[in-house]
Amino acid sequence: MWDYFKLAGLGFVAVCAAIAANYAHDLAYQVNALEVMLAAGIAFLWVLRTAGDPKPDVQHEYFDSVIRAGAIATAFWGVVGFLVGVVIASQLAFPWLNFEFLQGFGNFGRLRPLHTSAVIFAFGGNALIMSSFYIVQRTSAARLFGGSLGWFVFWGWQLVIVLAASGYVLGATQAKEYAEPVWYVDILITVVWVAFLVTFMGTLLKRKEPHIYVANWFLLSMILTVAMLHLVNNLAIPVSIFGSEQVQLFSGVQDAMVQWWYGHNAVGFFLTAGFLGMMYYFVPKQIERPIYSYKLSIIHFWALIFLYIWAGPHHLHYTALPEWASTLGMVFSIMLWMPSWGGMINGLMTLSGAWDKLRTDPIVRMMVVSIGFYGMSTFEGPMMSIKAVNSLSHYTDWTIGHVHSGALGWNGMITFGVLYYLVPRLWNREGLYSLKLVSWHFWLATIGIVLYASSMWVTGIMEGLMWREVDANGFLVNAFADTVAAKFPMYVVRASGGALFLTGALIMCWNLWMTVRAQPAKASQNSMVPAE
Amino acid sequence: METYSALRHLADSWFLLAMTLLFLGLCLWPFRPWAKVTHQDVAASIFRNDDHPADATPANKEA
Amino acid sequence: MAFLDKHKAIETHATLLMVLSLLVVTIGGIVQIAPLFYLENTIETVDGMRPYTPLELAGKAIFQREGCYGCHSQMIRPMRDEVERYGHYSLAAESMYDHPFQWGSKRTGPDLARVGGRYSDEWHQDHFTDAKSVVPESVMPPYGFLAGNVIDGEYIQDLVATNKLVGVPYTDAMVENALADFLAQADPNADSSGLVDRYTWKEENGTVVQNFPKSINVRNFDGQPELTEMDALIAYIQVLGTMVDFSTFTPVANR
Repeated sequence: MWDYFKLAGLGFVAVCAAIAANYAHDLAYQVNALEVMLAAGIAFLWVLRTAGDPKPDVQHEYFDSVIRAGAIATAFWGVVGFLVGVVIASQLAFPWLNFEFLQGFGNFGRLRPLHTSAVIFAFGGNALIMSSFYIVQRTSAARLFGGSLGWFVFWGWQLVIVLAASGYVLGATQAKEYAEPVWYVDILITVVWVAFLVTFMGTLLKRKEPHIYVANWFLLSMILTVAMLHLVNNLAIPVSIFGSEQVQLFSGVQDAMVQWWYGHNAVGFFLTAGFLGMMYYFVPKQIERPIYSYKLSIIHFWALIFLYIWAGPHHLHYTALPEWASTLGMVFSIMLWMPSWGGMINGLMTLSGAWDKLRTDPIVRMMVVSIGFYGMSTFEGPMMSIKAVNSLSHYTDWTIGHVHSGALGWNGMITFGVLYYLVPRLWNREGLYSLKLVSWHFWLATIGIVLYASSMWVTGIMEGLMWREVDANGFLVNAFADTVAAKFPMYVVRASGGALFLTGALIMCWNLWMTVRAQPAKASQNSMVPAE
Repeated sequence: METYSALRHLADSWFLLAMTLLFLGLCLWPFRPWAKVTHQDVAASIFRNDDHPADATPANKEA
Repeated sequence: MAFLDKHKAIETHATLLMVLSLLVVTIGGIVQIAPLFYLENTIETVDGMRPYTPLELAGKAIFQREGCYGCHSQMIRPMRDEVERYGHYSLAAESMYDHPFQWGSKRTGPDLARVGGRYSDEWHQDHFTDAKSVVPESVMPPYGFLAGNVIDGEYIQDLVATNKLVGVPYTDAMVENALADFLAQADPNADSSGLVDRYTWKEENGTVVQNFPKSINVRNFDGQPELTEMDALIAYIQVLGTMVDFSTFTPVANR
């Protein structure tokens, strides 16, 4: 019976999407509508072909097939996001790469949101969904709640990514950084995210363990806060239901405050709290020792979520935002240093008594370096939020360097570590194909990040100083164009750092692929291997 | 201007005190001496139930 | 003791954990965002801010579509070098009709908050087509294709009406005549008196009904006969930062 409802629903969606494509006001909307139609059509056929199939009794198994798909998607979108990153970094060094014949579709301005969304929401988002599903099942000792709702979350999220990405290239954007998806994509994000919350909370509620492990606290607060941020920051009125254009509800200074409240906490909750949840589970698992201090992890949790949410206005120092708000943002950002380093110490000290694993286990090394980068960027961040420092660093490449030492170093490295941990277990394989390749990945990624971050420090501080330089008579010394020209060599270094990082990720994909293909199965347990 | 001054006054006095106390309270919370056993148990919970949900493995001891 | 034992409840009850963490993450946002909507001194009172004309509004949409905000800020900070380089520091009032705001966060290119009137239309045409032809060091992508995209303003009235809906003070006459005003602004031969009447200074019976002291730009912005996206974008660029009458502005100390 339920299958017929699904079929009717999917058919309805496909027909509506076809009508919407017909009346579309702009190209991006039309393409998006066709994509929705195609997705609904494929889902329709899938449900039709499997309708009435006997459902195997799986209550005594973890729901791991969706996590396997998540691992593949994480690796895939990671490579796509890094690749677009290398492309746009090269465009800044060599502007002829903004090809004229592409009529704007390949220009930096349209590819930049593609890069940021691909790495944050596609790579990071899939990593979070995959890890949440894995962690919440194991720590609850219960199968994922909601039957095949997990698959809806997974495929819904992939559809969000495809719609947003194709929209950006064709010019559909909300023009708010890290919240570029247009109104109908925002609605789909909300639906998928609520389903995510339901599966996660449902699993927690039916858990067999008496306590909720701390990793789940971080993941739950991530899901909730991101929902809140997404809803408020994306309040907008569509110009037409047949177009991708919308008008934001807020304007000017209020919109700026809401945007950076969102923007900073997208970093704070999506890329920090969520990934800390990953750290609190996978690092102790890989080291095979419990977390250094469970007390510290509780303090870490409450202090982090309490302080982080205030930090947004440090993105708006010395702007038209009232000074009280920006001062509040600065004070809380500096306080944030303490819980952040508490968490870092907690992660690192888990190794105490097992430091030799740093030498013998390249996956542990990867995770430890990621925690190191977490510590470094959570020191750099509070420092840059101090108004005097910010007056120099704001608007410069220093900010870009800071973000990437966090994103490549912390989010990237911990995700690679988790993939190396998960893939042999999910596909039931006897260990990884090659630990040597993990070491190669580790060094390529580390050197890539170092090149990236240091070149951005140099250009950022240099351009900040050049902009403010005045001569004895009080006249500006440098034209703006002089600073652009001066940055060229460092832009080349940055692009090559990104290329090294991308190469490392490709080596990882090869290694994981060979792990699934060539490694012997661990036990008699037969788990299906989905095609990549 | 009036709202601003009033809110500013509140923010600089009682609200600041309340938030500081709340924050310190949250930080001191885990140090309840009788929580130690629980914490050790929870910290070790990740090493249980790796392959199957709890009800499928009768060997699993209830924590 | 009984009170202290409650933490066990938080650690074991998923719903309680959810509600408490949601409460904790809500405080900061409420304290920082809500007052901005009703504190009187958040947005300064200055003369001159008017809603964008339909053509300028279309230009802003193109600015957003092309992701210009990724490299150009529209927010001059009150530091000596910035004021020297770009002009008077930006006021909150200057972006109060920007849905969404376009302050930006990165200057790969220069700030644009006061770029209006600084360069000629011809300079902008050259710069958009091939930035290196006027600024040899530039890394800006080519935007010559905008001059080939002819626009007819089919949906411009919807855009103006939606802006009115979210609080931009467009009058009914402005919404009704959106298309006519859109077409008139870039066509020197058209009758632009209606457009000028709606978007410039107006007094009725001794009271000021439209406090828009600056004149508006009515000309062929892209230098070709058709109305193109280039017209709209240059119209938008040329009005940036030019509306406020700074003789009426007194800074508020307590802000």
